[in-house]
Amino acid sequence: METLLFLILFPALVAGAILVAKQKQLRFALVTVAAIIIGAASVWLLASYGLAGTVYFPFPSEPTSQIMVAIEIGLAAYIAYLGFRFRNYLAITLIAVQTVLIAAFELLYAENVHTANNFFIDQFSIIMALIIGIIGSLIAVYALRYMEEYHTAHPEVRNRQRTFFFIIFVFLAAMFGLVFSNNLQWIFFFWEITTISSFLLIGYAETDEATRNAFLALVMNLLGGIAFAAALIYLAATDPAGRILELDQLLASGEAIALLPAVLIGFAGITKAALMPFSTWLLGAMVAPTPVSALLHSSTMVKAGVYILVRFAPVYAGTLAGMSIGLVGAVTFLVASAIAVSQSNAKSVLAYSTVANLGLIAACAGVGTPMLEWAAILLIIFHAISKSLLFLSVGTVEHRIHSRDIEDMEGLIVRMPKVAVMMFIGIAGMFLAPFGMLISKWAAIEGFVQAPYGLVFVAILAYGGAVTVFFWAKWMGKLVAVTRYRTRVEDSFRKERWAPLYTLTGLVVATVLLFPVISSYLIEPYVTAIYGTTARLSQANIAIMMLMLALLLILPVSFLLFRRSAKRLPPYMSGRTTTADMQFVGSMGIAKEMTTRNYYLTEYFGEKRLLLPGSVICAGLILVSWLLAGVAA
Amino acid sequence: MAFLKRSPWLLHYDASSCNGCDIEVLACLTPLYDVERFGIINTGNPKHADILVITGGINELNRDVVENIYEQMPEPKVVVAVGVCAASGGVFRECYNIVGGVDKVIPVDVYVPGCAARPESIIDGIVTALGILEEKRSRMANLTAEKEVARREAEAGS
Amino acid sequence: MNGILGALLFIILAPFLGGLIAGADRILTARMQGRVGPPLLQPFYDVGKLFEKENVVVTTAQNFYILAYLAFIIVSGALFFAGGDLLLIIFAFTLAHVFLVLGAYAVHSPYSHIGAERELIQIMAYEPMIILSAVGLYLVSGSFYVGDIIASTVPAILYLPGVFLGFLTILTIKLRKSPFDISTSHHAHQEIVKGITTEFSGATLGQVEIAHWYENVFLLGFVYLFFAFNPILGVVAVIVTYVAEIFIDNTTARLRWQAALQSGWGVAAILGLFNLAVVVYIIGGV
Repeated sequence: METLLFLILFPALVAGAILVAKQKQLRFALVTVAAIIIGAASVWLLASYGLAGTVYFPFPSEPTSQIMVAIEIGLAAYIAYLGFRFRNYLAITLIAVQTVLIAAFELLYAENVHTANNFFIDQFSIIMALIIGIIGSLIAVYALRYMEEYHTAHPEVRNRQRTFFFIIFVFLAAMFGLVFSNNLQWIFFFWEITTISSFLLIGYAETDEATRNAFLALVMNLLGGIAFAAALIYLAATDPAGRILELDQLLASGEAIALLPAVLIGFAGITKAALMPFSTWLLGAMVAPTPVSALLHSSTMVKAGVYILVRFAPVYAGTLAGMSIGLVGAVTFLVASAIAVSQSNAKSVLAYSTVANLGLIAACAGVGTPMLEWAAILLIIFHAISKSLLFLSVGTVEHRIHSRDIEDMEGLIVRMPKVAVMMFIGIAGMFLAPFGMLISKWAAIEGFVQAPYGLVFVAILAYGGAVTVFFWAKWMGKLVAVTRYRTRVEDSFRKERWAPLYTLTGLVVATVLLFPVISSYLIEPYVTAIYGTTARLSQANIAIMMLMLALLLILPVSFLLFRRSAKRLPPYMSGRTTTADMQFVGSMGIAKEMTTRNYYLTEYFGEKRLLLPGSVICAGLILVSWLLAGVAA
Repeated sequence: MAFLKRSPWLLHYDASSCNGCDIEVLACLTPLYDVERFGIINTGNPKHADILVITGGINELNRDVVENIYEQMPEPKVVVAVGVCAASGGVFRECYNIVGGVDKVIPVDVYVPGCAARPESIIDGIVTALGILEEKRSRMANLTAEKEVARREAEAGS
Repeated sequence: MNGILGALLFIILAPFLGGLIAGADRILTARMQGRVGPPLLQPFYDVGKLFEKENVVVTTAQNFYILAYLAFIIVSGALFFAGGDLLLIIFAFTLAHVFLVLGAYAVHSPYSHIGAERELIQIMAYEPMIILSAVGLYLVSGSFYVGDIIASTVPAILYLPGVFLGFLTILTIKLRKSPFDISTSHHAHQEIVKGITTEFSGATLGQVEIAHWYENVFLLGFVYLFFAFNPILGVVAVIVTYVAEIFIDNTTARLRWQAALQSGWGVAAILGLFNLAVVVYIIGGV
C-alpha cells in the first residue's frame, strides 16, 4: 500500500520541486536521484507484491474523489483558456461537454456512490509499473542532456525546461495512479492528466505546427474522454450503490452489464492508443522533443490505451462487439505497417510502427482468448523496451548528424558505431527471432488460429508481418552499410548520457533471456486468475529460442577469423574506377558520386493511398462495435 | 584438390571488337558447342570470374576499365585474348585511339588467333588457359602455405 | 531422440543431396535447351573451386553476415527435420534471409543494393503464403509441429489444394527460379550483374551456395508435408514439383518486382485464404 502511494505521490512531489529548482545543476541532481528512486521503488513493488496475486486496498474515496474532481475542473478551465487563446473552439466544446458529464455525475450520483477498494495491484499492474518506473525514469535521465542540446540547437524555442520536467514527473505520477486504481472514476482522472500532459508536451516548441498538432491530439483524446465519462454515468445509473464502478466488480458483473461500458471505455482506449482513425494525432505528436515521443508516445502513455483494452479483454471475449474492436486493431496493424514502408523519416516510421503494434495488442485484447491475452501482455512489455531504445537512439543520432531521415543514417556503423549497434539491436527486437516482439507475434498467430473467426486475423497478421520485415530490414541495411570513407563523429559526443541507452539495450537482450521467468511468474498467474487456464510456449521451443540467441551472440566472434589476409577491393562499378569516397567519372567526363536509396514504394504503400481507406474501415468498425454492444445491452 | 579447372567461370569483355569475335564467344554457349559441359559459365561479374576473355584491342577510353576489371578478379586468374585485335590491335592498330593488344595493359596468358576466332579455337584457348590456371593455383596455394608458416613463426617468435 | 537424429542427418546429408539436386537441375535444364550440360557433380566442383580462390572482400563485415545466413538456414532446416514448430522454423528462416540482405547492404555497392531491396521484396511477397501454408497444415493435422504433421494420417493435399498451389508459386521465388529470380538473376546475368551476390566471392560465395542447397532441401521437405500421409506419394510429389519448377524456369521470362509481389500476395489471398476459409467454415475443420 505504502509503495503504491509512494509511487504516485513521490513523482508528483518531485515535479513540484523541479518547478521551483532554478539552477541547472539542482535540476540535474533532482531528476537523476528521483529517477533512481522511482526505478528502485518499482522494483521493490515487484519484490513485495510479485507473488502476492491480486491485492485490494481499501482506501477512503471521500476526500480524494472530490479533490480529483476539483483538479479536473481546474484543468478544464485551463484547457478552455488555451482553447480561446489559440481559437480552437472544437477543443473548448469537447472539454465543455466532458465537464458537463463530470458535473452531472457528481451532482446526480456521487452522493450514493461508495467504492471501497479504490486501489489494487496484480501482476499486470506490476508489469505496467515496472515499465513506467524503469523505462520512464531512464528516459527522464536521458531527457536532461537531450533538452540542453535541444535548446542549443533551437535557440528560437523558449527555454521552459522546468515546466518540461514538471510535466514529465506529473505524467509519471498519473501513469502509476492509472495502473493502480481500481476505481474507474479515479482511472478517468489519471487518464485525463495523461491526456493533458501529452497535449502540453507536444506543444512544447510553441510553433504553429506544434500547437496545431497538440490540439489535434487533445481533441481526439477528449473524444475518448467523453466516452469514458459517459461510461461512468451509465455505470452509476445501472448500479446506484456504485460498487460496479470498481474495476474488478465490473469485470465480474458479466457481459450483459459490462459490455456497453467496456466498449465505451474501449473507445477511449482506442483514441489513446492512436488506433485508426485516430492515428494522425500520434504522427503529429512527433514534433515533440524525442524523449517525449519515447516516453508518452511509444512506451507508456499510449500503452494506457491498450492497458485498459487488455483489462477488459475478458468482457470482450466471444462477443461480436469485442470482435469488431479486435478488427479495428488488426486493420490498424496492417495499414499502419504498410504505411511505414513509405516513410523515410525515422520518427514517422517509429510512430507508424507504434500505431501498428498497439493495433496488434488491441486485436489480441478484442478477441480475448487466454493465449491472446498472454501475447498482448508480452507485446506491451517488449514493445515498450525496444521502442524506447529506438526513439532514444534516433534522438541521439539526430543531435549528431542533424537529420532524422533514414537515408541520412547510411553508414552509421562507421560514423557512430555504438549508437548504430544499439539501434540495430532495438530494430532486431522489433521483428526478428528470437527477440521479444516476434515471440509475441508468434503467440498471437497461434492464439488467433485457435480463436473463433480467427482466420481473418491470422491473414492480417501474415500480411502485416511480411510488411514489417520489409521496412525494418531496409532501415537496418542503411545502418550497416560500411561507408569506410565517412569519419567517425561519435567521439566528440562524450557529453551525451549513455547510461539509459546501454541499460535499454541490455534490457532488450535480457528480456529475451528472462521472458520464461516473466511469463511464469507474472503473466501466466494473471491469465490463470482471469480465465482459469493459461497459455505459454512449450519448453522445447523456449530452449530453441535461447539457442538461437546464444548463436546470435556468438557469431560476432567470427569477426576475429576474418581479419587476417583478406584483400580489400572497392565495389564493382561496371569497371569504372572509383575514388575511395565512391566518386567516379561518368560519361561525358562528369564526376559523380555513387549513392544508393532505399525503396519506399510510395505508389503502393503511400500515406495518400492507404490512410483514408484504413481510417474509414476502422471508423466503421468502431460504430459497429457500439451498435453491437448497444444491441447486446 | 584441383576443382578450379573443372569449374572455370569466365567474364567476357568487349574492348573495341567489331563484334565478330563476340558472336563467336557467345556461339560457344549454344547447344552446338555447349561449353557448360566443361563447367564453364559465362558470369557477368569479375568478382566471380576466373578467366577474363577479351575481344578487340584496347583503346584510350577502355584501358582503365580493363585494368579495373582485371584488378577486381580474385586470384588465381588468367586472361585470354580472343582474336587478332585483342592480340595486337589487328586492323585497327594504326587508329589514332588504339593502344594496341590487351597485353599493353594487363598480362595475357593465352592468345587465340583468328579474325574472327572460331568457336573451336576459342574453346581450345580456354582449355589451354585451364592448365595455366591450375599452375597458378598450385603456386598460390604453396605461397599461402609459406606465408602462413612464416606468420606462425613470427607470432611464435614475438 | 528421433528429432536430434533428424537434425543431424539434415546437417550432414543435406549439402550432398542439395548439391546433387542442383546438378540434376543443371543437366535437366541443359536437356530442355537441347544441350548436354555439365556433369552431375558440377555444383560440388563449383563450390570446391570457390573455396580455393583468393579471399577478396569489400568489407570484412560481409563475411560475418553470410556466415550468419548459412548458420540460420542450417538452424531452420535442422529444426524442420527435427520435427520442430513450423512457425518458429519460418521465423528462423526469415532471420537467415535478413542476414543475407544485410550482407548485401554492408558492402555498399549499387548492384548489391538493388539486389538486397529486391530480396526484401521477395521476402515480403512470399511470407504471407508461407505462414498461411503452416496454418493450413495446422488446421488439417491439429499441430504446428512438423513431427505431428508427418505422423498425421489425414491426406493434407485433399483439403489444401489451393494452399499447395499457392505454395508452389512462392516456391518459385524461393528456389530463385524464373519468372521471379529478381534478386540474384541466376541465369540471365547482365541486368543487375549478380544482384545480391555481386560482391561476394570465393569462400563467401561458396557459403551462399551451400546455404542455398540446405534451403532447397528444407523447402522440398515442406512440399513433402502436404503428402506426408503416404511416403511414396510424398517423394513422387516432391520430384514432380521440382521438375515442374525447372520447366517453369525454362519457359518463362523474368518479371518485374511488382509482378512478384502481386503474385505472392495474390495467391496467398485467393488460393490460400479461400482454401483455408473453406476448410474452417464449410468443411468445419478436419
